[in-house]
Amino acid sequence: MKKYTLNILALVVCLLLVVAAQMDMLDQYVLTIIMFIGINIIFASSLNLVNGYMGEFSCGHAGFMCIGAYAASFLSVTLFTNNKILGAALLPPYLAPWLFLFILLVGGIVAALFGLVVALPSFRTRGDYLAIITIAANYIIISLIENIDIIGGPRGLQGMRKVMNAMRHTLDIPWMLIWVIIVTGISLLILYRLVNSTYGKGISAVCQDEVAAKIMSVNTDRVKMVAFMVSSGLAGVAGGLYAHMYGYINPQAFNILKSTEGLVMVYLGGMASLSGSVLAAILFTLLVEALRFAIPAVDGALHAIHVLPDGFELSQVWKWVLIPLILILLMQFRPEGLLGNRELTDVFPRLRRWFTLK
Amino acid sequence: METLFQNVVNALQWGSFYALIALGYTLVYGVLQLINFAHGDIFMVGAYIAFFVASFFLGDAVPFDLSRTAVLALTIPLTMILTSCVGVLLERIAYKPLRRKGAHRLYVVITALMCGLILENGNLALLGASRRSLPELIDKTVYTLGGIAVTNLKLWVIFTAVLVFVILQFVVMRTKIGMAMRAVSWDKFALPLMGIPLDTVILFTFILGSGIAGLGGMLFAMSYPVLDPYMGAMVGWKAFIAAVVGGIGDIRGAFIGGFLLAFIEIMVAAFLPSTFRDLFAFTILLAILWWRPTGLFGVPHTTKI
Repeated sequence: MKKYTLNILALVVCLLLVVAAQMDMLDQYVLTIIMFIGINIIFASSLNLVNGYMGEFSCGHAGFMCIGAYAASFLSVTLFTNNKILGAALLPPYLAPWLFLFILLVGGIVAALFGLVVALPSFRTRGDYLAIITIAANYIIISLIENIDIIGGPRGLQGMRKVMNAMRHTLDIPWMLIWVIIVTGISLLILYRLVNSTYGKGISAVCQDEVAAKIMSVNTDRVKMVAFMVSSGLAGVAGGLYAHMYGYINPQAFNILKSTEGLVMVYLGGMASLSGSVLAAILFTLLVEALRFAIPAVDGALHAIHVLPDGFELSQVWKWVLIPLILILLMQFRPEGLLGNRELTDVFPRLRRWFTLK
Repeated sequence: METLFQNVVNALQWGSFYALIALGYTLVYGVLQLINFAHGDIFMVGAYIAFFVASFFLGDAVPFDLSRTAVLALTIPLTMILTSCVGVLLERIAYKPLRRKGAHRLYVVITALMCGLILENGNLALLGASRRSLPELIDKTVYTLGGIAVTNLKLWVIFTAVLVFVILQFVVMRTKIGMAMRAVSWDKFALPLMGIPLDTVILFTFILGSGIAGLGGMLFAMSYPVLDPYMGAMVGWKAFIAAVVGGIGDIRGAFIGGFLLAFIEIMVAAFLPSTFRDLFAFTILLAILWWRPTGLFGVPHTTKI
């Protein structure tokens, strides 16, 4: 029983969150942050599979999130709501809660297929050039979606709010929170099982030495393809959640800045460390939200002591100066990140007794 | 037929901008094997520096009235010098400590990417979103030749790009410091043993690259006067594509790649909606990297066990 303590604890916390949300005890803002943490956890840990475990440098991860977001939204909007794209709803809206996971799955699969754009060139190129390919993939995806008028082009796509309302009509519980919790759990489990499986050790082998891995009968091309596709597929799932949480997406929300957020989270948490990514995703999301309040506060304080001239105002743009700065400092002084190639259980070995993931 | 020639002229002008930036990318990569992702933003900084220098000389702060030609003559070298200072600063603050520690190349690349973001957003945060435009420094004259309109500015831009290329080719191939630069890319560890100061060579590379980017930024701001903090990002990426297409690390490659990319883009924009331009540019990059991972002029490195 003892070895299930943490598992039960996590379950209880999640249940409490859902109950609290149901009783309206949580502010909508707090709720949004909690859901956003979940999405960021999926985003960061899936990027960690490629950037950490496989040692490649993918810096266009947000592109796959974009694909997943658009695929899932397109499907849910056309299936469950009366819309401008295909007219009347194809399925009765009360089916929405039952098919939502399926919709996310389709979003993930489409994103995984786009992951091939990066996976196939990775057979021949590594390092810098592959990094360039990922960036190019990010730009290509955004540019592609901006050129498809039927899903809104540069104006973005909306209507997901109606799907969420349809779910609420069927049964009035905080659906979105539940989905985020379930999907985050499943994604982490998939990643954990993958990297700790015999097959998944091939991923680390490619990271250590590709030639040696090949000699040891690791099918490196296949391993790379699996890693890239799983990674981009999970990013797509995160995108689907993101789209339904906000009810509106536009392609520029998934540009290189979003990819940078993912990089910051991965390198903050530590490469090849799932628990590090989870930790970093939580920390980073809270930090970004804290900056939202801290910047006007600092602005007010500096104006009060007349350090800043009157016409000058500290704007939210400073967030985008500070976040890259964090990463630069990290690279200079602790390039291995918070946990650095280790899991939380390696840092605190006694934790192992309290939970099980088998 | 006339539109075709008009497009060719436009492509030559855009190609000059791409080539000027791509030369900087390729110089740094050739010497350090580092993709200096901040280079596009150095181009943007160059445009802003040109704006401030030009407005300073045209403003009231200078006691005597300068003619616009004199201002132009002063702005060009000052912009180049100040921009190379920014480039050198970046190298000294961000890249050199990492190199000293022998950090993985990946970390340096990430640092470069982040430095670019800081330059962009720091500029936006400090100077605000108000649009600035470079004061006109030369009178525009339009030459018409058989239905094709060419401004003197366009001719100057193309001429400058070619001139810079020739000078750079001469510096790298014929001078002592150029030989040292090629030597660094050949073997970084044997170089100090031969008594060549590594840091000086790297410094010189950054001065050259950033100075050229500054010149490019100034010419860009003269042709398209509205300045914007994100103007360097997209042009920078495109120039980078050009450098990769030509085979990064090779000066001829960067130069030809710049013009090649511009031609493709202009021709795509001529026949398809212009929103497809970026799509095509990046798809070409992808295709070339797939087909020839080292670019058109690049020499493949084989890894031995």
